[in-house]
Amino acid sequence: MTGSGTPKLTEFLVEKVVKNYSGIYDKSTAELLSRVRREKLSQPAIFIGMGSCGITAGADKTLKAVETYLTENKIKADIIKVGCMGLCSAEPLLDVQLPGKTRLSFANATAGKVDDLLNSVFHHTLPHDNILGQYRFHGHEEWPGITSLEELPFFGLQYRMVLKNTGIISPEDIHDYLARGGYKSLFKTVLNYTPEKVCEIVEQSELRGRAGGGYLTGRKWLVALETGSDQKYLICNADESDPGAYMDRTLLEGDPHRVIEGIAIAAYAIGAKKAYIYLRSDYKRAIVILRDAIRQARECGFLGENIFGSGFNLTVQISQGAGAFVCGEETALIASLEGGRGIPREKPPFPAEKGLLGRPTVVNNIETLANVPAILENGPAWFKAIGTKTSKGTKVICISGKGVRTGVVEVPMGTRLIDIVNTLAGGIKNGKQLKAVLLGGPSGVFVPPQDLETEIGFDTLQEIGAGIGIGGMVLLDEETCMVSLSKYFMEFLQKESCGKCIPCREGTKRMLEILEGITRRPREESSHETLERFKGVVQLENLAEVIRDTSLCGLGQNAPGPVLSSLKWFREEYEEHIFDRRCAAGVCHDLRTFFIDVDLCNGCNICQRKCPENAIIGTVKMPHFIIENKCTGCGICFDSCKFNAIYFK
Amino acid sequence: MEQLLLDLFSKYPAGKKEGLIPILQEIQEEKGSLTGEILTAVAQHLELPVNKVYGVAAFYNQFLFRPHGAFHIQVCDGTGCHLGGSVSLLTAVEKFLKIKAGNTSRDGQFSLEAVPCMGACDQSPVISINGERYPRINEEELRKIIGVIKEKKV
Repeated sequence: MTGSGTPKLTEFLVEKVVKNYSGIYDKSTAELLSRVRREKLSQPAIFIGMGSCGITAGADKTLKAVETYLTENKIKADIIKVGCMGLCSAEPLLDVQLPGKTRLSFANATAGKVDDLLNSVFHHTLPHDNILGQYRFHGHEEWPGITSLEELPFFGLQYRMVLKNTGIISPEDIHDYLARGGYKSLFKTVLNYTPEKVCEIVEQSELRGRAGGGYLTGRKWLVALETGSDQKYLICNADESDPGAYMDRTLLEGDPHRVIEGIAIAAYAIGAKKAYIYLRSDYKRAIVILRDAIRQARECGFLGENIFGSGFNLTVQISQGAGAFVCGEETALIASLEGGRGIPREKPPFPAEKGLLGRPTVVNNIETLANVPAILENGPAWFKAIGTKTSKGTKVICISGKGVRTGVVEVPMGTRLIDIVNTLAGGIKNGKQLKAVLLGGPSGVFVPPQDLETEIGFDTLQEIGAGIGIGGMVLLDEETCMVSLSKYFMEFLQKESCGKCIPCREGTKRMLEILEGITRRPREESSHETLERFKGVVQLENLAEVIRDTSLCGLGQNAPGPVLSSLKWFREEYEEHIFDRRCAAGVCHDLRTFFIDVDLCNGCNICQRKCPENAIIGTVKMPHFIIENKCTGCGICFDSCKFNAIYFK
Repeated sequence: MEQLLLDLFSKYPAGKKEGLIPILQEIQEEKGSLTGEILTAVAQHLELPVNKVYGVAAFYNQFLFRPHGAFHIQVCDGTGCHLGGSVSLLTAVEKFLKIKAGNTSRDGQFSLEAVPCMGACDQSPVISINGERYPRINEEELRKIIGVIKEKKV
């Protein structure tokens, strides 16, 4: 089933499925649909997770191995490249479905294992390891003794609405999306609802912006709709540059048409004829898939002129971000689209009134827009039933760091953080203890274990001083140095500060200097530097509060988050660094103290000759010794020792 | 004027400021870096002062004024990789290649860059050499990979 060679199929799907309100199909349509959905197969189908994460883990090599296996054994089978189903730590993922049987999923299917895995499947003998589970489906014969995917802890807790198709359908073929009810909502919307009605439905659903602000999406649209203008714009913000989060990419690489449909509905609701997708230029694969998806949607008549004969026109353009973290902020993004430096401006006027080229512009996060087709399809009441009192729907979360399992998950609002850590991530790697969870990227907040009972939601998280941000969640184990990590985030934000407002530009720099001072030894004990350093520490908290309260945009306002929260929960660690000059985790290199193991040292004299401070004494062929007061902790001796006789605490 | 610039100028209308970043991106993609002459030509086409064009080019991380080496090594220093030990990996490469992050070696063979996040946090630490990614890498493996590359210098 390839995209371009089957215009008849496309026409059939558009006429019989997309334009069918009832969802009840005659026998021949149902038969064809089950074939397009790969419920009924004429030959085996092999699915390979080819998201960027899969390719990094070696999925392209797996693909080649599969192709070689099929030609060598003269087996006819379809190979379908799918997106990432979220369990990135088990990549590369390989699914095999035989006609009449359920779809089997294998984890860690590297190229070398392909022959064994496929052999065992085609000979109907169960492979021993690497099995993840099977997709249970009515009418399919199950493989005996293999758990269903829904029963796995990783999937059991999830509610996949935005990610429903991700990792299951082919992102390169619009038919896959159409056969699963795709573009039906768009058809229904442009022919039956006025733009006002769409805004109303979305407002009733209480969908809130998924980028962290949490503003009611429907209300934002209404403002743009009611502002008179000759031209309006819709911008889909997919400029995901948080280090440690990649849900936008997963969505675009797995189910691009859901995003395009959401964009089309939103553009109709605000009266925009032009939409932009602002995307990180590093996401090469996502750009290729998205570009192709837009072309297919245009060929089917879902984009372009006079969509479904309603008179509604829309062009969608991909705009590549040039690599600036601050461009995730909506006014900075607009400045960047206008061809200038990505610098935010004061609000109001909000972009919904005066945005791109002075016209009303709605900037929506990609996840927000991906929620829209489902809301229009099932109605606002259905959507409102998911989630908590103040936060409706689901949230896509990217788990990274030290968890046993990492990847992208989607949970209903109201899920407890502890359940995500224990059930979805499966606890901490190597049996270590959880120290804290970082929510919301580099300008996020550390949440200590005692607060993990909190439910995910805009207001519940605000109560503990955190925010969900765009949904990045980093798990930290006991070996993490909080001071060093806060310094790392400050370094990142200081580099990415655009330089417009003083609190952020100067403040982040000063905070970074103070943190660097804490994690470094003083040059001399008695000097002026020690006093300065201590003064800095006293000021750290004040400075952080001033930056938070006076910065212009979200970058600066949230920049002190990691420092303030780590000061609140892990103050003793700062004190240890400041007073004892010791980093318990051994991460802060400058604070290391080196020792020589007298049993291992054979007195080769190399370290003594290399030490720039002459801190090592000893005679040849006798164990050496480091004078602690003279040692600056540079680590040259540690690197140069060939007998591993030097260790540090 | 070069063919590349002429092609771009016919694609993006004169005097339209919105075309600036896409034009620069395409030149960067094609030539590997930007030069003063290119910026001047782009400024003339878009009817902008050269300093504005330079300001934009200098603001974004994507635009370079010095080309990368024949082998461009990117060490990911996103949160996931940072926790996974990307800092010691980076210092190891710096020592091995004798260049600092952000620089290109004198013979133009290697350039090294620490990048914010490649979006492969689940497989930390990750490095990328000329776009090809190597997941879950340690110092020793990296030394081997770079050793192999050094052998087959271009």
